[in-house]
Amino acid sequence: MVRADFDRSLEELQAELVGLSEMVERAIVKSMDALERRDLAVAYEVVDEDDLIDEKRFDLEEKCINLIATQQPLAIDLRTLLAVLHIAVELERMGDYAEGIGKICLIIGDAIPVAMPKEFSRMAQIGLEMLRGSMKSLVERDTALANDVWDSDDEVDALYDGVCRQTFLDMVQHPNTIEADTHFLWVAHDLERIADRATNIAERVIFLVTGKVGRYEGQSDEE
Amino acid sequence: MQDLDAILQTRGLSVYYDTKKVVTDVNLDVARNRITAIIGPSGCGKSTLLRCFNRMNDLIPSARVEGQVLFDGRDLYSHDVDPTEIRYLIGMVFQRPNPFPKSIYDNVAFGPRINGFKGDVAELVERSLRRAALWDEVKDRLKASALSLSGGQQQRLCIARALAVEPRVILMDEPCSALDPIATLAIEELMRELSEDYSIIIVTHNMQQAARVSNYTAFLMVEEARVGFLVEFGESRQIFTNPEDERTEAYITGRFG
Amino acid sequence: MAVISRADFERGRTRRKWTGRVFHGLCLLSVAIALGMLAVLLLYLLIQGATRIDWGFLTSFASRHPDQAGIKAGMLGSIYVVMVAGVVAFTLGVATALYLEEYAARSKFARIAKINIANLAGVPSIVYGMLGLEIFVRNLSMGKSVLAGGFTLALLVLPIVIVAASEAVRAVPPSLREGSYALGATRWQVVWHMVIPQAFPGIMTGVILAVSRAIGETAPLIAMGALTYVPFTPDSPFSQFTVLPIQIFNWTSKSQEGFQEAAAAGIIVLLAILLVMNVGAVFLRNRFQKEWEG
Repeated sequence: MVRADFDRSLEELQAELVGLSEMVERAIVKSMDALERRDLAVAYEVVDEDDLIDEKRFDLEEKCINLIATQQPLAIDLRTLLAVLHIAVELERMGDYAEGIGKICLIIGDAIPVAMPKEFSRMAQIGLEMLRGSMKSLVERDTALANDVWDSDDEVDALYDGVCRQTFLDMVQHPNTIEADTHFLWVAHDLERIADRATNIAERVIFLVTGKVGRYEGQSDEE
Repeated sequence: MQDLDAILQTRGLSVYYDTKKVVTDVNLDVARNRITAIIGPSGCGKSTLLRCFNRMNDLIPSARVEGQVLFDGRDLYSHDVDPTEIRYLIGMVFQRPNPFPKSIYDNVAFGPRINGFKGDVAELVERSLRRAALWDEVKDRLKASALSLSGGQQQRLCIARALAVEPRVILMDEPCSALDPIATLAIEELMRELSEDYSIIIVTHNMQQAARVSNYTAFLMVEEARVGFLVEFGESRQIFTNPEDERTEAYITGRFG
Repeated sequence: MAVISRADFERGRTRRKWTGRVFHGLCLLSVAIALGMLAVLLLYLLIQGATRIDWGFLTSFASRHPDQAGIKAGMLGSIYVVMVAGVVAFTLGVATALYLEEYAARSKFARIAKINIANLAGVPSIVYGMLGLEIFVRNLSMGKSVLAGGFTLALLVLPIVIVAASEAVRAVPPSLREGSYALGATRWQVVWHMVIPQAFPGIMTGVILAVSRAIGETAPLIAMGALTYVPFTPDSPFSQFTVLPIQIFNWTSKSQEGFQEAAAAGIIVLLAILLVMNVGAVFLRNRFQKEWEG
């Protein structure tokens, strides 16, 4: 089979990208867990481990650039490498948001007894589902799955609006917890951004499969 | 392809060597003042197709052509057309540079002379050499033998030679395959300049070259009966980023079995 | 892993080296013999006849007295006859070669013709003499003239010219033809402007070979009626003639010592003429090549 080497490299590259996404998944789970239970030790771990995520992204980038330079990829190969490049960046940013949540947890500390908004776990859950879904759509080259990820973002946005309104109300009514509220707003923002980045990944998958560049207009069952 | 300003068109073009069909039913439009590339695996008939445009296949006794080749609407293969009339309007540059064993000047002047040119030959030679981006390098040694030039220079000389008879179309059959990478890029640069005034068709097996240089690309393939046919034709930027036919994609990504 | 032992290898190598040397030696020996014989022959000629050559020898006619014998008639006769033969053979030969290689290239006719032409080169030269007698001397009423002699010799050497010219035309690279056609040249233009000039050196080589052959021919000319004793120089294409080889042969068959010397001198003159003609042809060939290639 011609280009067996190149095909192998592409497969390995994709596997590593999936590995990166799993690292990011774990970081999100851990950071939410730390926030919920105010477990500062776990929060420290999340912050530390973000370096590993960054390293892995740069490693992936280098591999992509190398393959682009040496293999003169065209058509689907070119789109695949570009998609991997972009998705690695998106994942790394998602990791940064998880790190952000961890940092906030450290700032809040275990002193303040204020409970985090109940919407958070739902937002995180959807975010994780979207992340897993978009990566699965990449592996299976499934644009229908990618579309579903897009649709899920609406729920996250709705939840985000809800949290914001609620928190603003709370800040007005209970000024003594303003500090905690502000931090929670930030967490809500991070969770919304995580979901948003997942939709970007889905967009890249659609680009890879169909070759269409540009904003996703919300779609159906095109293959 | 609609709304393509085509200078050459083929309609149901098939080529036979004796009874063996080698190219079948090609419908291709060649855009005016653009570069069209013809790509495909070995033996798919790209050179044969190219040579239909200037009736060079006529020189092969066993070759037979069916269908039409329209040049600005006029069928080149109709009975009242004299092949030698076409060949200076549709010029050709070959795979291996083939300068005549004469001086640089005489090489460029050959075409005009045999076509009965009565004007200022020296001026025509200079103009053609300038257009082929060779004048500066040879202006002081026009009487030197053409064979003393480097490969890339020889090929540019062949281009100047073709330009000297004022063609409208230039056919190029793998013009860079015998040249080194720098000479190749020089020829590609020249092609881009020339395409403002001439329509160019290039046959190449170098995918990257086709991607770099052409506005439109036609992909030919050969199937079991070893007959070449047109698989896909489109704008090059489409063909090389997102071709419509999976056979095209398999070929340009080098995954052809 | 080694199927051949080191020792086997070495032995093979030494043997091969010596075989090479022996072969080389044999080749050198052959060259020495061939050139040696030639050298001996030339030396013998020079010794025998060099002194005999003077202006008188070149400007006198043959005579019964060996000291007064000259080769004027034979010399001029040879030159004229060979010139006629050369021109006719060149024209017919090149035209034939062009037809066979360019115009009728792959036809059955061409194939048959080429086989027959090759065979003609092996026909004994006396046959051409008889042919010449019948066709040129009698049927075409040229008489036993320089013209008839020239045509006869032309027929004789025609296969040489055709073969050499065919080879030369065939050797013209197809890329040059293609390049010419692609510029809009007609078939005739390609032949005249590209093929002939490119093939010219090869054609000239054929002419040189032909002339060299023609100048030494005796039998066919005798058969078609060349004279032996000619006390005049040919003044028109229709006049009778003799040629050097005939004159030389005539002298060698005489008993007087003086005639043997004259014969040797005659041979030297013949060789000299041949040399001059060859040099002339080579010069022409090189001049043309330089002009053509610019």
